[in-house]
Amino acid sequence: MNDLIQDLQSPVADAGTGFVRVGMPVSRVDGRAKVTGEARYAAEHPAHDLAYGVVVGSTIARGSIAGFRLREALAVPGVVEIITHENRPRMRSFDLFYKDMTAPAGAPFRPLYDGEIHFSGQPVALVVAETFEAARYAASLVAVDYLPQQHETNLMAHLARSHKPKPLKAGFSPPPDERGDAEAALLAAPVRIEAEYYSGVEHHNPLELFASTVIRGEDGHLTIYDKTQSSQNSRWYVSRVFGLGKDKVTVRNPYVGGAFGSGLRPQYQLPLAVMAALQLRRSVRVVLTRQQMFSLGHRPETLQRIKLGADHDGRLRAIVHEAVAETSRYEDYVEVVVNWSGQLYACDNVKLLYRLVALDQSSPMDMRAPGAAHGVHALEVAMDELAWALRLDPLELRLRNYAEQDQMKGLPFSSKALRDCYEQGARRFGWARRPLAPRSMRAGSELVGWGMATGTWDAMQMFARAGAVLHADGRLVVSSAATDIGTGTYTAMCTLAADALGLRLEQVMFQLGDSTLPVAPIEGGSSHVATVGSAVAGVCEKLRKRLFRMARRLDNSPFAKARFDEVEFAGGGLRLRRQPSVAMSVEEVMAAAGEARLEEKYLMLPKVLKQKQYLRATHSAVFCEVRVDEAFGTVRVTRVVSAVAAGRIISAKTARSQVSGAVVWGISQALHEETHADHRLGRFMNHNLAEYHVTVNADVGDIDVIFVDEDDRIVSAIGAKGVGEIGIVGVAAAVCNAIFHATGRRVRSTPMTPEKVMAPEGDVSVSAAL
Amino acid sequence: MTPFAYHLARDPADALAALTAPGGNTPLGAASFLAGGTNLLDLMKENVARPMRLVDLNQLALARIEETPAGGLLLGALARNADTAYHPLVRSRYPLLSAAILAGASPQIRNMASNGGNLLQRTRCYYFYDTGTPCNKRSPGSGCAARGGLTRLHAILGASEHCIATHPSDMCVALAALEAVVHLRSARGERQLAFADFHRLPGDTPQHDNTMAADELITHIELPPARYAAHSAYLKLRDRASYAFALVSVAAALALDEGGRIVSARLALGGVAHKPWRQPEAEAVLAGKPPEAAHFAAAAAVLLAGARGESVNDFKIPMARRAIVRALEVAAAGTPGPACGEEER
Repeated sequence: MNDLIQDLQSPVADAGTGFVRVGMPVSRVDGRAKVTGEARYAAEHPAHDLAYGVVVGSTIARGSIAGFRLREALAVPGVVEIITHENRPRMRSFDLFYKDMTAPAGAPFRPLYDGEIHFSGQPVALVVAETFEAARYAASLVAVDYLPQQHETNLMAHLARSHKPKPLKAGFSPPPDERGDAEAALLAAPVRIEAEYYSGVEHHNPLELFASTVIRGEDGHLTIYDKTQSSQNSRWYVSRVFGLGKDKVTVRNPYVGGAFGSGLRPQYQLPLAVMAALQLRRSVRVVLTRQQMFSLGHRPETLQRIKLGADHDGRLRAIVHEAVAETSRYEDYVEVVVNWSGQLYACDNVKLLYRLVALDQSSPMDMRAPGAAHGVHALEVAMDELAWALRLDPLELRLRNYAEQDQMKGLPFSSKALRDCYEQGARRFGWARRPLAPRSMRAGSELVGWGMATGTWDAMQMFARAGAVLHADGRLVVSSAATDIGTGTYTAMCTLAADALGLRLEQVMFQLGDSTLPVAPIEGGSSHVATVGSAVAGVCEKLRKRLFRMARRLDNSPFAKARFDEVEFAGGGLRLRRQPSVAMSVEEVMAAAGEARLEEKYLMLPKVLKQKQYLRATHSAVFCEVRVDEAFGTVRVTRVVSAVAAGRIISAKTARSQVSGAVVWGISQALHEETHADHRLGRFMNHNLAEYHVTVNADVGDIDVIFVDEDDRIVSAIGAKGVGEIGIVGVAAAVCNAIFHATGRRVRSTPMTPEKVMAPEGDVSVSAAL
Repeated sequence: MTPFAYHLARDPADALAALTAPGGNTPLGAASFLAGGTNLLDLMKENVARPMRLVDLNQLALARIEETPAGGLLLGALARNADTAYHPLVRSRYPLLSAAILAGASPQIRNMASNGGNLLQRTRCYYFYDTGTPCNKRSPGSGCAARGGLTRLHAILGASEHCIATHPSDMCVALAALEAVVHLRSARGERQLAFADFHRLPGDTPQHDNTMAADELITHIELPPARYAAHSAYLKLRDRASYAFALVSVAAALALDEGGRIVSARLALGGVAHKPWRQPEAEAVLAGKPPEAAHFAAAAAVLLAGARGESVNDFKIPMARRAIVRALEVAAAGTPGPACGEEER
């Protein structure tokens, strides 16, 4: 059952890599495949008799389709079919069948199901042709007649009709009830601040375009290479939407070129490609354009209001945090925006509110640290405002309000090394030399500012299965239907398995990215290492025990009198801890026992009862230096130190990459990223990488990542918490706070583009010292 | 993308003949020259440009950079932007041009983009690029969706009710300040066009970015003898440090006498109008004056006279005013050395 899937590409470390231990900075086992182009992504798998589908998107945001004019498009040589809601194959009719594993409450969007238009860019037709070029040309000739209705896409114009969201979404908790009396405590507090914080829409822009290649077997079986964060979620969705049995569909995603949350839900190219394959009874590929990826989903535009009240010594008396975000009209997309404010600091009076406004947009979707990236941002900027109001060092304010336990449920933290993050980060940054007052530091024509912020994210664990086969030649194949969206799953799992059995890294292959592999959760929420890693550790532990029992039973075994805890697995086999010269390699044990292969399976179930007694979270402290030319509002981030407490670090190099990459994105969130909608058209307009600005190399200075010691066996059996999201949380706030320290001006809207940062008219000397 | 024919031109005459050969001009789109392709291919993929024939110029012997008898420099239209920016004569005599080119696009794009093509790049107006919206520049008479919409990148000078787009080039801002001359060729012969007359304001025909005739080819860009090498600066303000078009850019050049007074000044703005924005009256303000902030501010006021924002982009007016003063100050202090990372290729 756990045999190697032969035609599934799985990377193996280079020969000569040798023995590794958990926590070592191991280079990616998939690195060579990726940089040589050997790794195939969803759009790159060849198929016999492949047809190409190109999507036509709607140009209106709300209304319905009156009809199509397809004559010209159908006349293009090579065009096979144009699929619309009028001629699509059969699809299931109940909403339930369209709900993937991470769907929020509501009725999921159904591509080409009917003629209703729910958002601009919605797919209305799929042109299928013998070549991509023919399909693309014909798609430009498809004419659609619409019956438009008045659309509403502007959150700020419709705040008044916000509603309380339906909270049904995996991983979401609605804001807890008020504790204490926040408004009364606020009025009584001697020092108060109150402000609104706005964050614009952001779109996921992984380098790999969304794509699905559906390869139809002679028996009608569909093997689908899909860009997704879960092969099993996509498989489940296709089976249910089209009524195809589990054995009729296999979904694969051995390599994913980034996703950032956009691959948590099946995207519309998947059902469109399946539709065409079913209708035409042949293999079909659909690849979205960069422009079309701006119609998938986004980090929702959000307006927040925060009120903080404190004593003169800085102790928090009251926190009020309210957020209003947008969603689509068909689903209540929810994320945790405000709850962090009830958990990050000690405070007896906390009121949290979270509401949605339904608009004619596609449903927002999770984007790196969903909710926290902007929710904690607002809190951490507000804390900086309070610190200045108190004339108190911003780090000292955090320390005075350090939460020793979670006050929402009265639970202890499973582990919390945030104090160490503050201390080590501050020391590395040189925070102690920071002058308190803004506008204290200058370099040439630029003002210099130092800012800091706290970050936090959940430490979650799901359930997972893993399988393992150990071969007589010492090769180990471990498998689980996990995903590696570039985060380092392959490397971390290979490292865990090689360490567990004392093997060289190149002896271990980890197979992921196939829906027929043992069950794994969607790769998201920074839970993959804690979840799949614990399953891998579990299956390896079973192999270790079996190998030990085999070795002990051998004639004249050197381990005949040893107990399991007296042996260790290292150097390619097992040996006595106290007398390492007493050793047998894995190959020797297998040969002596006459075994060709050992197979084990393991089901890892989280210890829920234990876990529920603790609040489980990762933490970080981010310190940042900016240089601001206030005549023009241009900001350069010259230095960032991010100190992270995320449990035991399994794969130090890929974990560091995760955090430094997230810091870059935090800079991007702070200064650059925003999708601009023209609300008259109900349409996002800067839908390409020239005009949707992400931070480039030239914008990034030094990034220093510190992993603070933590080892949390409550979160996971391997001590890990997960590092995907935590790296971005707080970065934009640290940038914002540094801009304040540089200029004395507070920018409460992200991204902080030049016109928001530049000094007002008459308030600046252009002739700053040159 | 619309299917198109492809012709690899042997020489300028062949290129011009292929451009105007029968079948080239159709209702869908005229024939088009292809040089670096860094803008044209994007426009074709977005269905904004739909030429029925591409005439590839890359085999033409127009890539040289050479001195003119008059003491200036002749830049071949097919010389790559990067080769131009890093050319020793350009760096030493026209550092303003070098700096402007290196402020644009990305290294990869500069390696491909040609000098002639740089002059002909189209606006980055979101609406021009999105065929789902009206645009007078893309589809004459359809209207201007930008007005009253997303205008952060749009013009504050010289716009019309039909179009508020800006010209996106950095290189052209320096060429305007340096008073370059564009050499054109057609079947009718050759002619030369002052740079100020090359690009145009939108008026009621914004589909025309410039005054070239449809059957003309840019062969060279001529730079007059260098006067400003010692005191020039290109200041570009943008949303990120690379690969972003200018919110506002300034090309400033000063010739100072031995006493340090300004003999002559050149000033051009990018990111603010349908063409590089230059007003000789603003430069005249500086002639004979010492290089001081008050005079710089006076020149800025003249150059920006009549500036009007679309509300979203109102910030460009003070930003431009400050940028002019800053650029002139930097120029007066002496042409800056290459920016970090620009010393070598």
